[in-house]
Amino acid sequence: MKSGESVERIMWTVVGCLLPPLILSVFIFGFQTLIITLVSVGACVATEAVTQKIFHRPITIRDGSAVITGLLLAYIIPPGVSYWTPVLGAVMAIYVAKHLLGGIGFNIFNPALIGRAFLVATFPVAMTSAWLPPIRDVSIFKYMGPGIDAISTATPLYVLKHYGIQAVIEKFGSMSSIYGDFFIGWRPGCIGETSALLLLLGGLYLLYKRYITWHIPASVIITIAFLTWVFGGEKLFTGNSLLAILSGGVMLGAFFMATDYVTSPTQPAGKLIFGAGIGALTVLIRFKGGYPEGICYAILLMNPMAPALEGWFRPKRFAPEKGAVR
Amino acid sequence: MSNTLLTFPKGGVHPRESKESTEHLPIETLPLPEEVEILLSQHFGAPCEPLVKKKDQVAEGDVIGEVEAGLGASIHASVSGRVKNIAASANPVSISSPSIFIQTDPEAKPKVNSPCNWNDLSRKELLGRVKDAGIVGIGGAGFPTHVKLSPPPEAKVDTLILNGAECEPYLTTDHRTMLEHPEEVIEGAKIILAILGIEECHIGIEANKSDAIEEMKRVSREISSNGFRISIGPLKVKYPQGSEKQLIESITGRRVPGFGLPFDVGVIVQNVGTARAIYEAVVLEKPLYEKVVTISGRGIERPANLRVRIGTKLNDIVSFLGGTRSDLAKVVMGGPMMGFAIPTLDIPVTKTTSGVLFLTNDEIDTNPHGQCIRCGWCLDACPMGLSPNEIGIYVEGGRAEETSQFGLFECFECGCCAYTCPAKRPLVQFIRLAKMKAGK
Repeated sequence: MKSGESVERIMWTVVGCLLPPLILSVFIFGFQTLIITLVSVGACVATEAVTQKIFHRPITIRDGSAVITGLLLAYIIPPGVSYWTPVLGAVMAIYVAKHLLGGIGFNIFNPALIGRAFLVATFPVAMTSAWLPPIRDVSIFKYMGPGIDAISTATPLYVLKHYGIQAVIEKFGSMSSIYGDFFIGWRPGCIGETSALLLLLGGLYLLYKRYITWHIPASVIITIAFLTWVFGGEKLFTGNSLLAILSGGVMLGAFFMATDYVTSPTQPAGKLIFGAGIGALTVLIRFKGGYPEGICYAILLMNPMAPALEGWFRPKRFAPEKGAVR
Repeated sequence: MSNTLLTFPKGGVHPRESKESTEHLPIETLPLPEEVEILLSQHFGAPCEPLVKKKDQVAEGDVIGEVEAGLGASIHASVSGRVKNIAASANPVSISSPSIFIQTDPEAKPKVNSPCNWNDLSRKELLGRVKDAGIVGIGGAGFPTHVKLSPPPEAKVDTLILNGAECEPYLTTDHRTMLEHPEEVIEGAKIILAILGIEECHIGIEANKSDAIEEMKRVSREISSNGFRISIGPLKVKYPQGSEKQLIESITGRRVPGFGLPFDVGVIVQNVGTARAIYEAVVLEKPLYEKVVTISGRGIERPANLRVRIGTKLNDIVSFLGGTRSDLAKVVMGGPMMGFAIPTLDIPVTKTTSGVLFLTNDEIDTNPHGQCIRCGWCLDACPMGLSPNEIGIYVEGGRAEETSQFGLFECFECGCCAYTCPAKRPLVQFIRLAKMKAGK
């Protein structure tokens, strides 16, 4: 006897939770975000099908997991890149990071994040500068066509890192309007990362469905907020926590990438440490590293810790045999 | 006892109960089949040696097989008639056990003893009757009851638990037994208490059987208590509430140690159906040769709770109930969580058969299984705190021998892990395979 749950249902539910931010991104950054996302998803699904065909494995593109990888890969790409940018990342994500390591369940790293890391290495300029100012007037085709290079802007975290909080306020408006805009999603950033509101709603739905637990998202967000408060200001304990968690990819990473089953631990204690590690590394990269945002690399760095955390924190045995190994 | 429902602390799942098609049906008696096939090995332990030979006449209730040495229980003729054959059976359930085939004599008169007053019997005599009747734990593994009721003197047993949880979906035999024969169940409990020389009995019943709970409460109030303390504890509906170790913790808060037995924590557990069989064995001197089974699932024309003779072939049951439906996909002996699929209906009912399920495609999951996605749901579901996911991965990787580190031998195969697995992995099968390969 089996429950009604299935990998397909979990994966397609996650896909559903990821769609609202995509729709909103069309209104924030323009229609080309949809094209980039479709290219990314299509490339991921095609890579999976071809790989499984070559490896003589069952073709599992219907399970939705390659679709999620495609969505997540597009969501962590700047909206001003060329339409074909994600293809190379998709091949790296699905062929190398997923199937060369044994397919779903055996990959050590989150495939979408490997795809992005590879894109940052191959297209360093586009991947760190193709930011677009949010569209305010529903002209969603504004950035399509020639001349788009001229309108690139900077992300709040970049401005904050290099010019300080005053520059952020000068560029993005008063603190209260910044919170409002950033919460809903109207700020420069990657395609699917800007709407804290929609990502939070999607994450809450996954929590309600019990597909994820609160441990990883909560520990990621709280750690980032706390460490930013301590070390993020000019003096200790003066950093702006709220701005920190509304910027960059915190919500997307905390709810949708750090919680990937395959690359995260399963037990509550392991999850809390895993999330705290991601939060701490994110803050470290933001403050001391070369990039303004660090959650993608933070998750990638914690992914290989997951098996160790899984080994250290086993479920409590009901009544173990004497001398059992653990 | 408080109003909060008793339960065990870790793991468990909530499968669809699917009891509605039989829980309201009174127990019917199946007409005598033309022939019965009584397995000489009905459950684990030593098989019986036949005491009869071909062409012997036997009467209902006669001993026809006995265990010479080792753990076991006698078997009895479930019908009067002639021994047709003693032969290896075509039965895939027990691999090497021969069976005694008895041709029923339809003219034979049923044997009915008048009830005796068991209070006049000594503990030794009571236990002797239980042993002579061939009683085993009919709710589960078929452990010989006279052995279970003779704990070592250092065990200090103080509590009897009657298991009326019936947590397996579909099955309703314990439910109906408690509703229709509550006096006999409670009288059986008192006999067990007398044998054990203790006073305390808790009857655990899942809260989805509120009518049985009320009935058992009423009878336990009205019936003379003989100085015994019998209480009814409603249990939270959660599978596997009826598992011995989980039930003990739900009711007493005591935890049976790893590889320990219930008497290590001062408890003896008996199924309510076994308690009734003990009543019949002691008061009516009737051996265990009848069994109530639930026949259910959408693949059978008429679901029912049936009283059948041990050795009745499933074929006879099916034809009595109007046959199977065309969309029948799988026949399962036992409950859907712990039972096993059977390939033929030419199989007899044994002392431990609690039900036979005729399942259609919409009741089973026919999807192929995928790779483990490490969601960890099986870790949450396992009531023993084991790691079924790791065991499955190791078995698939050809490293079954290394899986005892994950608690392999603490697994009692309740099936919670396989139930909850979204990748539909056959985790119980992996575990059984690992147990065979890592067996000690």
